[in-house]
Amino acid sequence: MTLPSSLLAEPEPFDDLPPKEHPVPLATTLSPVRTVPTLAEAALRVRPTTLAVERILPVLPALVGLVPDGLRRGSSLGVSGPGARSLAMALMAGTTSAGSWAAVVGDPDLGLVAAGEAGVALERLAIVTTPEPSAWGDVVGALVGSLDLVVVAPQHRVGAATVRRLMARVRERGSVLIRVGDGPWPDRFDLTLTVVDGSWEGHGSGHGRLLLRRAEVLASGRRAASRERRVAMMLPSPDGSPASSEQTGDG
Amino acid sequence: MTEPARTLVVRCPDWPLTALGVAPSDPAMVLASGRVVAASTAARSGGVLEGQRRRLAQSMCPEAAVLERDEAVEARGFEPVVAALSDITPWVELQRPGTCAFAVRGPVRLFGGEESLVDSTAVTVQEALDDTLGVGAHPGCRIGVADGPFAAGLAARSVDGRAVLVPAGATPGFLIPFPVSVLERPDLVDVLVRLGLTTLGALAALPVADVVGRFGSEGLDAQRLARGLDGRPLQLAGHPPDLAVGIEMDPPVERIDQVAFAARSLAGSLHDGLACRGLACRRVVVEAETGHGERLVRRWRDEGAIGATALADRVRWQLEGWLNGPPGVRPTSGLVRLDLVPEELVHAGSHQPGFWGGATAADEWALRALNRVAAMLGPGSVRVPEWRGGRDPAEQMTLVPVPEGPVAGSVDGLIPVVPHPPDSPPWPGVVPAPSPAAVHAAPAAVEVLDAADRTVIVDGRGVVSAEPVRLCQGGGAGVGVVSWAGPWPVDERWWDPSRHRRRACMQVVFDDGLARLLVLEEGRWWVAATYD
Repeated sequence: MTLPSSLLAEPEPFDDLPPKEHPVPLATTLSPVRTVPTLAEAALRVRPTTLAVERILPVLPALVGLVPDGLRRGSSLGVSGPGARSLAMALMAGTTSAGSWAAVVGDPDLGLVAAGEAGVALERLAIVTTPEPSAWGDVVGALVGSLDLVVVAPQHRVGAATVRRLMARVRERGSVLIRVGDGPWPDRFDLTLTVVDGSWEGHGSGHGRLLLRRAEVLASGRRAASRERRVAMMLPSPDGSPASSEQTGDG
Repeated sequence: MTEPARTLVVRCPDWPLTALGVAPSDPAMVLASGRVVAASTAARSGGVLEGQRRRLAQSMCPEAAVLERDEAVEARGFEPVVAALSDITPWVELQRPGTCAFAVRGPVRLFGGEESLVDSTAVTVQEALDDTLGVGAHPGCRIGVADGPFAAGLAARSVDGRAVLVPAGATPGFLIPFPVSVLERPDLVDVLVRLGLTTLGALAALPVADVVGRFGSEGLDAQRLARGLDGRPLQLAGHPPDLAVGIEMDPPVERIDQVAFAARSLAGSLHDGLACRGLACRRVVVEAETGHGERLVRRWRDEGAIGATALADRVRWQLEGWLNGPPGVRPTSGLVRLDLVPEELVHAGSHQPGFWGGATAADEWALRALNRVAAMLGPGSVRVPEWRGGRDPAEQMTLVPVPEGPVAGSVDGLIPVVPHPPDSPPWPGVVPAPSPAAVHAAPAAVEVLDAADRTVIVDGRGVVSAEPVRLCQGGGAGVGVVSWAGPWPVDERWWDPSRHRRRACMQVVFDDGLARLLVLEEGRWWVAATYD
């Protein structure tokens, strides 16, 4: 028995168009030829959909003014200026407290107490010693495959080929690479955060103590982030966590 | 119901210490994840107990050397003992480094009675220990004989006398006075103790149906052990044909790191093969074949049903023991084949990963990646933070090496990190929050100068000699001071001349936009931390 080709073709999922005129009786359409799809087709139909919200990593409420949609998976960030470490910790805080892992490569000075105060989930933070420049690419490459957030502070000049390979892996695996520091980087970042102005408050000459730093952070980047934003925030606030102050306007 | 087999357990007390080369007379303790796992006799007489935290143990016995646990060394050091015991019976099972067991039934006929079997076992182990470690460098061994490995293990732990023989059939009575904590199931034991069931006897006396109704299969296992029966009944009916896994190695492998890599994947595939049939195994046979046709066989036992990572560790230890062992043990050529054969299959129990909380797949991936990086860069290169407490930002947190594989007993995370414990007592004089974002591992020596270019000093009353104006490092022009606070004198451990620290801290904001934490100690200024 041969069937018309219109019946052999699979309808689109959720196809709610009215059925066409059936030239054959209903019983014929229930033949095994019609009802057994291949395994690949079945897998295609039940494949989980990726929501847009799953392609971003969350950030703290204080940073929503800087990165309104959160950190896009598969992107790179450059964080620089005086206070870059505090800003990097603030970025790590939102992501790790939501269950992601973060690794810091090549920054033995990172203040762990400050990280804890900023809100970083320390049980999901790993500190990797500075690797040899020749092994740097392999180490960071191994981490971006499995951890959501990898913070690097290379002390050497990173080659353009290494960064290209690394970014391909970051995009493929959906991690976020954050580079802390001011040195040269052979690639453009998707988003650049620069602490442009910071002033400490809470003490004078011989009295008081450091309470908070009012800082202004400049965000610029590619694509959706190409419009420059300038956000004033407390980095850190008196309890050590980053907090937003009033927004000074879009640049 | 099968009767538990008569078992002999040989236990070398404080093996973690002995393996690291500590004689029983030296005060020393071995720590793992910040807790004492073994202490020498000298340290124990000072009040050090197993399970104590580092700080408490050190305050009990300050002169004791503190060593980190190294299970690979323990396993390697124990291999000659197991090899010597193979002369008595080939069916020696390793429970953990320092403890092994074998069934009495076969060798007891050869030696004519359990007493003489125990005697010759003791002599064999003693000679093997004397040969490898030297006379007097080890506390000898303890031997226990009872029905079933659990009771025999407890008999070998009794402190009085060197050998304890529990007569056949007397095992349930022998077990009655032991506390439930010997079951090594911390969650269950916690509940049992709160219900007033503090001894194995009390648990054994409960009706089986009630125990199963309240505690499920885990409770049943525990009660079977408490009654002197085998833990989980063996899964005898309908074995799937072949669950053993093996790997051929061509060319022959001689280096331990290469074999360890193969062992890890092999352990994973054995575990997966068992898990997808809902099984677990209580005993694994590690078999290796060398290029010269030698066949090395060793059995490892774990009552708690061996997990993939734990199994991989045991296989690696065993291979290290063979490949790095003394000439009598070491194979004469490289390994060409490695097999893992599961024995004593049991139902895997009702463990199911949680939907919320608990270890997630992301945690496992992350830990795997971190272990891979640690393998690339060498041990201790990947570390995780742990709370220690202290006044300096540098003292409050420390970094500990990332554990290999999930840590037994940690439910929430894979890493036994202690962030700030909420009930920790305060540290008067601590540098207040917000803490500096950069704590310098190697503080830089600097000059702090006043308006007349003299070095600023702090006197005994905690008063600065003049207002600081400039900070110079290495003869440069330096940065100017915008504002400053302090100094705060800190005088720590004035009662202990060797660890006495007296210093003064200042928070200073400079005109480069950064604030720094300056420390004056023994007449020199240091940049301890930067508020980056």
